[in-house]
Order: sequence, then C-alpha cells, then structure tokens
Amino acid sequence: MQQRWGLPIVAWPSRLRPTYWDGIALPLVLGTLVLIGWASRQMSVPYRLGQTLPLSLDPWHLPEYGLRTVLRMALALLASLVFSLAYAALAAKSKRAEKLLIPVLDILQSVPILGFLSITVTGFIALFPGSLMGYECAAIFAIFTSQAWNMTFSLYQSFLGVPQDLREAARMYHLSSWQSFWQLEVPYALPNLVWNMMMSVSGGWFFVVASEAISVAGQDVKLPGIGSYIALAIDRRDLAAVGWAILAMLAFILIYDQLLFRPLLAWGQRFKVEAIGQDEIEPPWFLTMLQRARLFDLLRLLFEGMAALASRAAKRAAAPRAVRRRRPRGRAPWIDAAWNAALLAGALYAVVEGVLFVRGEVGWHEVLHVLLLGLATLLRVIVLIALAALVWVPIGVWIGLRPRLARRVQPVVQFLSAFPANLFFPVAVIAILRFHLNVEIWVSPLMILGTQWYILFNVIAGTLALPTDYQFVASNLGVSRWLWWRRLVLPGIFPAFVTGAVTASGGSWNASIVSEVVRWGNDTLVATGIGAYIAEETEKGDFPRIALGIGVLCLYVLLFNRLLWRRLYNLAEERLRLD
Amino acid sequence: MPDDSRLICAEKVCKTYQTAETPGRLVLDHVDFSLHEGEIVAILGKSGSGKSTFLRVLAGLTPPSAGYVAYRGRAVDGPAHGIAMVFQTFALFPWLTVLGNVELGLEAQGVARAERRQRALKAIDLIGLDGFESAYPKELSGGMRQRVGFARALVVNPDVLLLDEPFSALDVLTAETLRGDLMDLWLDRRVPTKGIILVSHNIEEAVEIADRIIIFGSDPGHIRAEIPVPLARPRDVTSPRFQQLVDEVYAILTTVPGREPGRRGARGAEPVGIGYRLPAASIQQLVGLLDAICAPPYSGRADLPHLAETEHIEDEELFVLIEALQLLGFAQVAGGDIWAAPAGRAFVEADLQQRKQIFADQLRRSIPLAAHIRKVLDERPGHSAPEGRFLAELEDHLSEEEAHEVLETMINWGRYAELFAYDYDRGVLSLENPS
Repeated sequence: MQQRWGLPIVAWPSRLRPTYWDGIALPLVLGTLVLIGWASRQMSVPYRLGQTLPLSLDPWHLPEYGLRTVLRMALALLASLVFSLAYAALAAKSKRAEKLLIPVLDILQSVPILGFLSITVTGFIALFPGSLMGYECAAIFAIFTSQAWNMTFSLYQSFLGVPQDLREAARMYHLSSWQSFWQLEVPYALPNLVWNMMMSVSGGWFFVVASEAISVAGQDVKLPGIGSYIALAIDRRDLAAVGWAILAMLAFILIYDQLLFRPLLAWGQRFKVEAIGQDEIEPPWFLTMLQRARLFDLLRLLFEGMAALASRAAKRAAAPRAVRRRRPRGRAPWIDAAWNAALLAGALYAVVEGVLFVRGEVGWHEVLHVLLLGLATLLRVIVLIALAALVWVPIGVWIGLRPRLARRVQPVVQFLSAFPANLFFPVAVIAILRFHLNVEIWVSPLMILGTQWYILFNVIAGTLALPTDYQFVASNLGVSRWLWWRRLVLPGIFPAFVTGAVTASGGSWNASIVSEVVRWGNDTLVATGIGAYIAEETEKGDFPRIALGIGVLCLYVLLFNRLLWRRLYNLAEERLRLD
Repeated sequence: MPDDSRLICAEKVCKTYQTAETPGRLVLDHVDFSLHEGEIVAILGKSGSGKSTFLRVLAGLTPPSAGYVAYRGRAVDGPAHGIAMVFQTFALFPWLTVLGNVELGLEAQGVARAERRQRALKAIDLIGLDGFESAYPKELSGGMRQRVGFARALVVNPDVLLLDEPFSALDVLTAETLRGDLMDLWLDRRVPTKGIILVSHNIEEAVEIADRIIIFGSDPGHIRAEIPVPLARPRDVTSPRFQQLVDEVYAILTTVPGREPGRRGARGAEPVGIGYRLPAASIQQLVGLLDAICAPPYSGRADLPHLAETEHIEDEELFVLIEALQLLGFAQVAGGDIWAAPAGRAFVEADLQQRKQIFADQLRRSIPLAAHIRKVLDERPGHSAPEGRFLAELEDHLSEEEAHEVLETMINWGRYAELFAYDYDRGVLSLENPS
C-alpha cells in the first residue's frame, strides 16, 4: 500500500528520527487539529428558526469566518472525492449502469447550484431540527454540487483510458478488483483528477456567497463565513468591508494553493504514464516538508497499517468473486434490451412529469418568453467569448513565445482563475450606477470575468507546445506577420484554444445566474436573461418556474455544446493535432 | 511423450471477435497446441495472424469462443497461478518503483511484507537490476524496464512463462544481451520455470531460443507448420545447420499461401479478393527494396535472411514488404529466396513517370480493390465517391480497424500511381487532382 504514497519506501527506524522540518511540521499539524475541532463544534450549535446569527463586518472576524468557510470547502471536497470515486467506478465498470449514470451526470452538471440548494434546503433543515447543522449541511451540499461533477467526469474518462497492457498485467498478477482499483485505476487517474479538483475548488469559491448566505425558498440565513460576510457587506453598502473580504479571500486561496494544490500537482507528476521532459514542476516547499519531516513518516506508517488491514478485510470479502468463474460477457441480450427499454421509459416518464409539473403553473406564453430569455444569455455568452478571444489570444501567444516569462505567468493565471470574480461585482454595480450605464450591456462582462483566464491559460500552453522548428522554418522562409498568424500560430494553438473556450463558455453559463442580477444595498440591477429569471424565481421559491428555467438553461447548454463546441473539438482532434 | 508432462494443452481453440453490429470474425481457427515440461516453444507469424491473441487465450486473459485450454490438467478460466507473462510494452506501473513493481504480484497473493521484500530483492538481483531498486520506470532505459518486467514475472516462481514479443521494443544489442541472460538462467536451472512460450516475429531469435517453432498462418489464425529445432545448446548462429533452419522458416513465412510457384496457374486464378488484407507497405520502402534486389550484389535474386541483414530490415517489416511485392507481381518468392519478376525489372529500369505508370498497371491488374475503386470512380457521374462506401464493402470481410488500415494503404498506393486522388478533409476519393 505504501507505494501509493510514492515516497521512498525503504523503512528503518532511523527514518523516524526527527529533522529540522519537524520544527515546522509539528505545530502545523497540532494547530490544524485544534482549529478543525473548534470549527466543527461551531457547526452544531443550537439554532431556532428565525433567529439571527451574529455576524459582524469587523475585519478582525475575517480569519475566523474564513476558517469556517475553508472547513466547509474541505468537507465538500472530501464528499466530492468519495462521490466521484464511487460514481465513476460504477459507470466505468458496468455498461448498463453507464447508460444511466453518464447522461444523468451530464444533466446534473448543467443544473445551476442555486437550483440544488432550493430543492434540498428544507430537507436538510428537517434532518437536524433545532440545530445549525441542517443549514451547514445545506451549504456544504451546495458547495459539493459546484465541485463534484467535473471531478466525476475526469475520473470516469481516466478509468476508461487505463492502458490495456496495464490492465492485463494487473489481471495476470492476480490483483483483486479492489487492489487494482487502488493500485492501477486511481493512480492512473490522479494527475487529471488533481487538475479538476483545482478547478472544482475555484467553482466552490465562486459560489461561496450563494451557498453560505442561504436566501432561497423563503429562507434567509447567513452562516458565519466569508461568503456571508460579503453578502452582509453588499446589503449594508460597505465598500471597505468588500475590500477586506477580497484581501482575506486572496490570502485563503493562496494558502489553499500553497498547502494543497502545489504539492498535489507536483506529487501527481509521478503518476503520469508517459515521461515528461522539461516542464517538470519544481517541488514546492510544502511537499518537501511532507517528504522530509519524520512526523509524517510516522503518520504514514500508521495510515499504511490501517490501509493494509482494510485491504486485507476487503480482499477476504472479495475473495469469492476472484475465484468465481468468469462468464463471457454479453450473453444475455434480452436483459440489455429490457434495461434499455426501462431507461427509455423512465426518461420519458420524467419528461412527461416535468412538463406536467411546469405546465400546471406556467402558460405557453411564458415558456416562449423563457426560451427567448435563454437566447439573450446565449448571445451574451457568444459575444463575450469572442471578445475574450480577441483580447487574450494575442496576449497569450505573446507570453507563450517567451517560455521563461510564461513559466512565471502561469501560476499567476491559475491563481486568477481560482479567484472568485464575483467579489468584484459590487465595484461594477457602483460604476454602472454612478455613470448611468446601460445595464443590459455592462452587466454582461461580469459573466466572463472569472472564466476568461481559461482561454489565456490554454493559449499560453498551446503556444509553448508549438515546436520551435516551426518558428525557425517560418522565419527562414521570411513568412510575413499576417501569414505567420494564419498559417502557423492560429492552426497550431487551435486545439488548446478550443479546450479553453469550452471551459470558459461552460463557466459563463453557470455564472449567468449570479451575474445577471447584481445588488448593492437596495439597488438591484437586472439584465434580461435566463440567469436573472432563475435567480429571481429561486429567491421566491417558485418551483415550477425554477424547473422551467433550469430545464431551458440545460437545453441551451447541451445544444450549444453539441452544435458548436463538439464540432470544433472534433476538428481540432482530427486535423490540427501536433503529432 | 506421456500425458502428464504436458504443462499447457489447448484443443480446437477458436476465437471470434464479436461486436454489436458485425456478426463476428474468426481470428483463431481450431488451434491444437501443447507445451511440454522443459520445453521452449516459439510462435512465429505475420502481424495479424492471431498469435498474440492465442497467447492471451493460453494466459486466461481472454476466453476462447470454442475449444478447451488446460494448465496441468485443469481448465483455464482466468489467469492461473503458476503462469506469468512478460509484455511487449513492459506494462510497468509508472507510479511504482522497481521494487514496488516486482513486489506487486506477491502483494496480490498476500505474501507477508518481510518475505515479499526478500523475494523481490532476490529476483532483482537475479535479473541484474541491483542498485535500481528505488528507481521509477521512467528513469530507466527500455532494456532495464524489460528486466523489471522479467523480475516481476520471475518473482512469483512461475511454472510457465509467457513472453509476448518481449524483445521487439528493444534495440538489437540490448535485446541480444537480455535474451542471453534469460537463456543462462534457463539453462543453468536457476529459475523454477518448467516451460516457456515465446511469441516473436524475429526468426533468428526463435531459432536461437526455441526447442520447437510453431508458425501461424493468417485469416483466420491457424497453425501452418511446426518445426523442431534439434540443435545443441549453446547454439552457434553462424553454423550452417542454424542458417539452414533460419532459411527454412523464412521460406514458410514469406510464401503467400495459394501462391506457391508450383500451384500458380494462369494469371486469372486470383487468390486475392476485394477484402484481402493488403500489407501496409510504404511506397518508399517497396521501391527501395526492389532496387536493392535488382542491384549488385544480388542482381535480381536474393537470399531473404541475407537481404534482411544487409538492408537492416526487421523480419516483421520484411514480411510486409515481400507480401506486397508478390501481390503486385513485382517479385516472386520460393525456398527463402526472392527474385524480381519481369514487371519488377521493368519498374527498376524506368524513370520516375514511367514507374508510376507501371505501378498503376500492376495495381489495376493484381489488386482487385484498386481495380474496383477505379471502376466505381469511372462510372460515377461526378467521378468521386465517399470513402465510407468502400469501407462498408471492406467491413464485410475485415474488422473496422483493419478496413481502415487497408483503405489507407490502398489510398497511399493509389495516390503514388496517380490512379485516383483522395481529399482527407472531405473523406472523398476522386479522379481529379487539386489544380
């Protein structure tokens, strides 16, 4: 089991003798334990409905609030990890489950998080009567829904992509399915999973206001945390407090980045199947500490012992399966047919039920209206992606052509993409109010504020990947500036650009719900669009209209992906790949 | 030989690959085989002859569609304990160190930690990897990686070792060293292994190692010939007896069945149909080889093993080229020799444009698929047709993947001969070239 940790394995007692690194490690570990204990006590304090939780805009409270938010994020991330491992494993292992699970996941991922919150919040409250725990769970669940889906997709795709020869080796050397899950499939999926976890956490930060300041379905609770602090600052028109919150958020994201993701990314390198040459990541200090401090060796030995026990138990449980005769697959076509029919019937039933549910309240006229609202948001997304491309492609190429600069810029861009752009929304609102700008137009850029970085990031990476030979050839042939763009750079970075644009557009759709309605105290700016519609109906708790809005949004996202991005993606895959 | 000396025994093994749409294609057709104690058997065959699939059936990695496989008298219905395999691609877990990879099989068996470590270190020592215990596979060269592959297999004390082209991803020198080390272990009885099956496409390697050589034929895979190798060990690769055996194997492998010189009647008797799996030979190499055959020292007739050596062509590649030359009517092969046919001589003597013309003539005459494509394009009003049309026809005879490969080869040949043009973006074959 120990090799999973990838640290050097020869273990004798001298390895457990303390080093200087332990001087940092010990207080860090103890401090973390104390903080977690304290914060989790705060979660389950008694709470009556209607009671106002004490919340202050004093910046000195920010570390405490931030800590509670971080804990929520961590719990949600843990839940996402467990969920995605189980879900992806099931979808990848069983053809029948796959047919149900993957389309469901596709839909889940296009449902906006406020939708989940409004549907589940009452249930969570009922689960823990008289305690704050219900609201905490609702908030954690909301963060979970902004993190889990893309992690699941990444795992599922990695599981399917495990090389055939490694699978055969695992079978040949009699790894049980439990063993090969942990020794083969999960390690293989790790590098991609870490990337997606980073993106997931960014998503979580983005929706932290919406998930902590629960104001859906008639509820109005602000759980102590950074998100609620921001919500309160906006309510009270306190620009200084917004500034403090931005600073605190910067600090917390930096800590997350340094303590969690830099080490994870560097550590994840070893799980890459193909050897990578020059872009090896330098070992971050925190990983060095983990690897050098003996304290962690001790903890690791402890953990390994437990893992070995668990594995032995699992092996005993799985033993009858391993001995069992393998039946050739696909022997029962009628079961498959029945399963397909059941799935189809289920889907039809759900559609009919959904339509009836919505139609009970909403007239055709309004349905048409909502469809038009979707069109408005679609227009915004297209225009914004185009504008972002115009701005960031030249800049990204410029940076990408200077590898040393690019190495320095990349962590910054990653950091920017992790920063929740909605913290800057109040600034935009104040500007719009002050200069009497057109709301419909000037609210739009907010949608892409946080997601444009994906375009920049990928363009830089794409340019870096262009073989220098091509550039030598181009300058050798005296290719002019314009021709250089048309014949070399644009086709060369196209696959990377598409990847970035897909991510950016997906993020923008999701962001439309928080960016088409923006507040500053009593002033509310509303732009025409499907996002505003959903946000408003969610606040009212009007379920048929929420369902309609979410349904239409999903429809647009799916169509947009199928008709545009999928095609561009295939084009990039088939023709413009560099190999 | 008494029955109880059989380690592995396969009877009437058939394998059909079935997909949802196609009815199923036979890749192994009634293969009978047994491995006896103390024996090394090499399986040779062209790529696509099903030899790797057969090895996987023996390993229990894929079940036979019909027939029966037993290991020491017990039916194989999954990877059996006592059988270990070494892979062409090494198949090492990149996130495990050398030690971790070698311990993997023991860990899966639940061997205690201390014993595991001790046995793994011993295996690492045995195969000459000591000093590399804590290295990760990506730090190692190909040869060292395959040593890890061998150590991982040997550490479980396998009864039977299955080798799936273990040396073919290595350079010649490295492969030779590793092969020598393996043979030393085997001959000195330093490993408990009782039998080895080696899948290979390297004829000399097979003759050097094996006690018996099985030659697979293609479409569907079947045993075409079995050749005992009664040479004493250690074997001298330069001895006439050795060379004679190599020649013999070359002769069998390079003769297209049904095209043996004796049986070849009038040109009309065509054994090649539209769905024939064309060998994926590149034009450059075909031309180069034909030139070499016609030039001194061969001057029109060459001994195949000799030719492979002087032209630095791997056996597998050579088979592909020779089959293509035969199909196109440029050369003939018999008894391990190849000689240029009249068309081949004409081709070599022609200039660039004439060569294309000759190639086109031979294509239309000897490759039914080429003639068919040209005929369709001639008849169609726009003189163009989507590739999907021809792929569908090919898929009546071949798997989807093979159909793509065959059409790709056909397009390459057709383009060179200027028999037709192909637009990659639209996936359309036509008669016109871009103006």
